[in-house]
Amino acid sequence: MTAGLDRRQFLQRLAAAGLLAVPATGALAACATGGGGTSSGGAVGEVSATNPLGVAADAPLDVVIFNGGYGEDYAKAHEAMYRELYPQAQVKHTATTQISQEMQPRFVGGNPPDVLDDSGAQKIEYANLVNEGMLTDLTPLLDAPSLDDPNVKVRDTLLPGTIEQGTFGGTCYGVNYVYETFAIWYSEPLFEKNGWTPPTTWDEMMALSEQIKAAGIAPFAYGGTNAADYVLDLNLGAAIKQGGPDVIKNIDNLEPKAWQQEPLVQATQGIEEMVRKGYFLPGSEGLKHTEAQTQWVQGKAAFYVSGSWIENEMKTISPPDFQMTALPIPVLEPGSAMPTTALRTQPAEFFCVPRDAKNVRGGMEYLRIMLSKKGAAAFAQETASVPVVKGGTDAVAQKTPALASLSAALDAAGDNVFNWQFWIWYAAFKPAVKTEMGNLLAGRTTADGFLSAMQAVADEVAGDPSITKYNR
Amino acid sequence: MRHGKYPFIIGFLAIPLLLYAVFVISPYAQAFYLSLTDWRGLSNRQDFVGLANYAELFTDTQFWRAMGHNLALLIVVPLFVIAMALLFASATAISRVRGSRFYQVVFFFPHVLPVVIAGILFAFLYNPQAGLLNAFLRVVGLEWLTRAWLGDDAVALPAVMVVMIWSAVGFYYVLFSAAMKSVPRDVYEAATLDGAGRLRTLVSITIPMIWESVQVSYVYLGIAALDGFTLLHTMLPDGGPNRSTEVVAQYLYRTAFDEGRFGYASAIGVTLCLFTLVLAIVVMRFSRREQVEYA
Repeated sequence: MTAGLDRRQFLQRLAAAGLLAVPATGALAACATGGGGTSSGGAVGEVSATNPLGVAADAPLDVVIFNGGYGEDYAKAHEAMYRELYPQAQVKHTATTQISQEMQPRFVGGNPPDVLDDSGAQKIEYANLVNEGMLTDLTPLLDAPSLDDPNVKVRDTLLPGTIEQGTFGGTCYGVNYVYETFAIWYSEPLFEKNGWTPPTTWDEMMALSEQIKAAGIAPFAYGGTNAADYVLDLNLGAAIKQGGPDVIKNIDNLEPKAWQQEPLVQATQGIEEMVRKGYFLPGSEGLKHTEAQTQWVQGKAAFYVSGSWIENEMKTISPPDFQMTALPIPVLEPGSAMPTTALRTQPAEFFCVPRDAKNVRGGMEYLRIMLSKKGAAAFAQETASVPVVKGGTDAVAQKTPALASLSAALDAAGDNVFNWQFWIWYAAFKPAVKTEMGNLLAGRTTADGFLSAMQAVADEVAGDPSITKYNR
Repeated sequence: MRHGKYPFIIGFLAIPLLLYAVFVISPYAQAFYLSLTDWRGLSNRQDFVGLANYAELFTDTQFWRAMGHNLALLIVVPLFVIAMALLFASATAISRVRGSRFYQVVFFFPHVLPVVIAGILFAFLYNPQAGLLNAFLRVVGLEWLTRAWLGDDAVALPAVMVVMIWSAVGFYYVLFSAAMKSVPRDVYEAATLDGAGRLRTLVSITIPMIWESVQVSYVYLGIAALDGFTLLHTMLPDGGPNRSTEVVAQYLYRTAFDEGRFGYASAIGVTLCLFTLVLAIVVMRFSRREQVEYA
C-alpha cells in the first residue's frame, strides 16, 4: 500500500497548513461577537393626537411572529391595520418557530426586528433578553391613549396581571398578548352520558376518579416524555387556592423551605395517592403531549390538565361533539383561602420591541394596534382564544365550546386569579419540574422526593450570585 | 519541470484552504475563545473568565451524567453495528448467495431514511398505548414484557440504541460487502482446501483482510455515538425519563438556548470535541495491525 504513505504525508501537510492558518483567522474570530452599533431608537415622526408615539409614517416595520398554536393569520390582520394607518410604510412579516436560532444572530448583529413575538419552545428566555438590556421600556406605550378612546390610556384597557407579567425589576418590557388560563379539561357530553358531576373539592375528585376508573376509562392522562410539567397545576394550583397568594409569593421569591409549605405538601401527597391508585392512563410516562391528548380526545381518559390553547391545538383531531370544557382545579378542603372558582391566568406570547430596532416607535404603535378593540377581536376570531384586552372576546359572534366555557369560568373567578413566575424568572426550574414531575407521576419518586428536589433547585438558584433575582 | 510543481499545487489548494480556514477552522477557534468567556449570546458584552467554565464543568454532575450516556452509546452501538454488519456482509458477499443484491437494498434502506423520520417512526412503534411493539407483544402472549418504552428510565436508553443500530447497520453492511469483494478469491479457496469452516474463514481471513475498514467504521460510529443529538432530540427532547437519556449535545443545547449561557455551552462543546479527537487517536493507534498486502 504505497499509496497510503503519500496520502498520509498529504494529510499531515494539510493539517500543518491548517494550523498555520489559525492565527490568521484569529482576527476573524471577532466577527461572531463583534459588530453591532449604537442604538438611537430609530425613525422618529411628529407627535400628534392621532400619532401619540411619534411614528415615522414612512419607516418600514419588521414583524416576527411565533408560528405556533395560534398560527400567523391574526398577525396578518394586525399588519393590515398598521398599513391602513401608515400607507407609506413597508411592513415585513416573518413567521417562524425557530425564534432563538433565527433571532439570536440578529440581536448580536444589532439589527433585531421592530416587533418580536418571543414564544414557543425555542424562545429566547425573557429574563436573558432583559438582563442583557436588549428590550425597550414600554412605559410610553402603556401611557399612550388607546386607539379606541383618546381618554383611556393603553394600560387601563388591559386585563389584570398583564402588565405585571411583562414587568422585570419594576419596568415593563413586554406585552404578553394571550390571556392563557390553566384548568382541568373534559368532554361535557362524556360526563353527561355517564352522569358524572365535575368535582369542586379534592375528595370529590378522588371519588369521581374511582368511578371513572370503574367505568374502564383512565381518570387522567399526561404527556410524560415532554410535558409532565402541565400537571404541576394540579398540586401547586390546589396549594395556592388552599393557602392563598402567599404560597406562590414564597416560591417565586425563593424563600427558604417554600416548596415544603403545608398546603403544597398535602396536594403533592394527593398526586402521589392518585399515582398509587392508578388514576393516570397507563403508559402516559412514555407519551408525548400530543399523543396523550389524542388518547384523551379519543375517550381513553376523562381529564387532561392543560392551558387554554388545548382546543385550538386539538381542533383537527377532536371529534366534532367533544365540547371541551374547563374545570378549575379543585380545592383541597372547604374553607380554602381562595374559592374553588379561582384560576391561574398567565398572560403569554411575549411581544416585545427590541432596543436596537430601527423603528422602535413603529413597534410600539404596532402593539397599540394589537391592543385595540378591533385588533383584539381579530385575534379572538382567528384563534378562539382570549386576548389580554378587556372585552376582547365580546365581538366574537360564534364562540367555540372551550372559549365559551373559559369566558364563563373567568367571569366566575373575577379577581380570584393567580399566576406564578419562578419558571419564567429562572431558567433552571422548567427542566427540573419536567423531570421531577415525570418521576412523581411514573412512581419513581414520592411527594417528599419531588418537593425536596424542587427545594434543592430553588436553593441553588437563590445561592448563585451570577443569577439576577426578581421579587414580587 | 519539477520546479513548477509547488506553485501548481498551491494554485489549486489556495482557495479550498482559504474556505476551509474561514468556515471550518475559524469557528473552532471562536468556540474555544468563547468558552473562556461568560458570553450570554445576545449582546456584545462578554467578560473573559479564563478557565472558570472548565472548572465548573469538571464538577458538573449533569454534564458527567450526560457523558455517561454518551459512553454507553459509544460502547454498545459500534459493537452491535459492526458485528451485525460483518455477519450480514459475510453471509451475502463471500458466499454470493442468490438474491444478495436484494438483501443489499433491504439492509441499506434504513440508512436512506432521514434520522428524524426514523425517530418519529420508532416513537410511534414504542407508543405504549397505540404502538406496534406493545400490541405485538400482547398478541404473542408476552403481555408481561409490555411497558412504556420511552417512559421507563431502565429501558429508554436501550430503546434509543436499537434505533441507532437499526439505522446504521445498512451502511456498514454495504461498506464491508465492498471491502470483502476486494479480498482475492484464491485466499478463500486455499482456506477451504485446508478445511476451514465458515466461522473460521470469517475470523481468520475476512476480518484481518478488511481490518482498515472495520477500524474506520469504529471511528465513524464512535463520532456518531458521541453526538446522537438529532435522534434523541426527536424522540426524547427533554432528556427522557428521569433524565436518563440526555446526551452531552442535548445538555449543551439546553445550556445555550434555554439558559443563555453560551460561554459555558462552548466549553462543553470544546470538551466534547476533545473527547472525540482522543477517541479517534486511541482507536487508530491501538488497533493498528500488520497490514496485509495483496496486490
